[in-house]
Amino acid sequence: MMYDWLYDLTGSSILSMFVVSLLPLFAFILPFALIAVLAERKVSAHMQDRLGPMRVGYHGILQTVADIIKLIQKEDLVPSATDKRLFNFAPLLVFTGSYAAFAAIPFSGVFIGSQIELGLIYIVAVTGLVVAGILMAGWASNNKYSLLGAMRSAAQIVSYEIPTLLIILTIVMITGTLSLYSLSEMQTSFFWNWMIFGGPDTGIQKYLYLPLMLVGCLVIYISTLAEVNRTPFDIPEAESELVSGYHTEYSGMKFAMFFLAEYANMFAVSAIVAIIFFGGYQSPFGYLGNLLGWTWLVPIEQFFWFTAKGLFFVFVQMWLRWTLPRFRVDQLMAFCWKYLIPIAFVILLLAGLVSLI
Amino acid sequence: MRDYFLKFWEGLFTILIGMKVTFRHLFVPAVTIQYPSVKPQLPERERNRLYVNMDDCIGCDQCSRACPVSCIEIETVKSIPGEDLGKTSNGKKKALWVTKFNIDFAKCCYCELCVSPCPTECIYMTDVYEFSEFERGSLVYDFVTLKPAEREEKKKNFEEFQAKKEAEKAAAAKKAAEAKAAAQKENPDQEPKKSTEDAKESKTQQGNKGQNKN
Repeated sequence: MMYDWLYDLTGSSILSMFVVSLLPLFAFILPFALIAVLAERKVSAHMQDRLGPMRVGYHGILQTVADIIKLIQKEDLVPSATDKRLFNFAPLLVFTGSYAAFAAIPFSGVFIGSQIELGLIYIVAVTGLVVAGILMAGWASNNKYSLLGAMRSAAQIVSYEIPTLLIILTIVMITGTLSLYSLSEMQTSFFWNWMIFGGPDTGIQKYLYLPLMLVGCLVIYISTLAEVNRTPFDIPEAESELVSGYHTEYSGMKFAMFFLAEYANMFAVSAIVAIIFFGGYQSPFGYLGNLLGWTWLVPIEQFFWFTAKGLFFVFVQMWLRWTLPRFRVDQLMAFCWKYLIPIAFVILLLAGLVSLI
Repeated sequence: MRDYFLKFWEGLFTILIGMKVTFRHLFVPAVTIQYPSVKPQLPERERNRLYVNMDDCIGCDQCSRACPVSCIEIETVKSIPGEDLGKTSNGKKKALWVTKFNIDFAKCCYCELCVSPCPTECIYMTDVYEFSEFERGSLVYDFVTLKPAEREEKKKNFEEFQAKKEAEKAAAAKKAAEAKAAAQKENPDQEPKKSTEDAKESKTQQGNKGQNKN
């Protein structure tokens, strides 16, 4: 574990805790947001037969850096009719919510911010802060579009948390653990041990779990997509209806905080899907480090596999965004309550029955 | 119940079809170009900014008259005898100093009607289309090759020449008038007849106008 190693190195628990807790932010979330924003623009451009940003650096690779510099230079506008305290606090809260989720995510076998046993529930709970932040932003902006966006967002996230939690519950029933670390460790060695292929069990149960897990994976992917407010579920910031929803009134770095939180959240939910169903940081076919006897290589490989899986799901999110049009509000609710939740319940029931065999 | 699952399956399946389409387009070469650095191939007879080759211009004012929005302003000054203005490339002799040839591209509608009447083919369309300005006045292009001082000089030359001629004419006229006055004393009635003829003509014109109205 990273913390123990740092503790041995420095002898100071505060310092090592500090480093371990800040590492995901500076070593992962910020670079990821930089890359993902650019990737989003590039992916969207190429899907529409355009080129996307091409000016800043080779094929525009420094575009996001330039954008960040621009956002830093911008004036920090606070409209006079806002509730100033809430208005200033909201972006912080949203960002904290999405950043805190990274504490329980195991990036590799040796690095996990906090090895809490209730990892899954913790992540679901702490991302709930994002809803509070969004509602706060919408209310404090004193703007009808912001408020509408915030209300929609709250309704959406609250609804879609139910199927997410039901699928998580199914997984918990099957594996008997809530810790993301042990969940990842369970799905080790080859890819047929991943939960999507029925988990590490052998025998008839594995084959009975397989269809349930396939549908369950679909359900949790859709509902987490809705939780991070991305197209086709982007009705809270529907730019053609609500200007840009709850962050209409924000500018400069506060806007950047919302943006950063959105991308951090995108990765967080992708990581959850990857950990629950696709083996987390486990390689699909053994480790080169084990083969060669270089044990130091294994964590690096694990980190590689984890980011690769996470980034793949982020890519699918972008892919869906540029494929599907936006839901209408009633369709959004109908989809959740009429389709996702009943299906999630059926999966929960069937998985429960199978686990009795 | 069957309908429910069919709907679910249909939704899922059509999403996959859409994703297939977008994924294929990920590898389709971009149809856009990097505009300011790469420019589109314009059609052969595109109509953009006009250009006037002043070496060939004879100041005939035909383009200005052809212009439907009156964006071409031309002023010419006659050359005085002894000045050689040279010839145009198709052999026409130039007789006028063009002291003003302004085209206001804020007004220009790029109809190309001014190009065809030009007898020397000196006004034509170019492929320049990036000439936006911050002020409307800057869109008035002055094509005259003479320097402002030269223009004044030409005008002055002509005026002086004119004045000289006028003076000569006046002198001549005076002489003639004196001679006429001397002659008029001898036979007086010739003037009134002409004025009645003029009146008749104007009447018929009015009649025509009335007919047109009807």
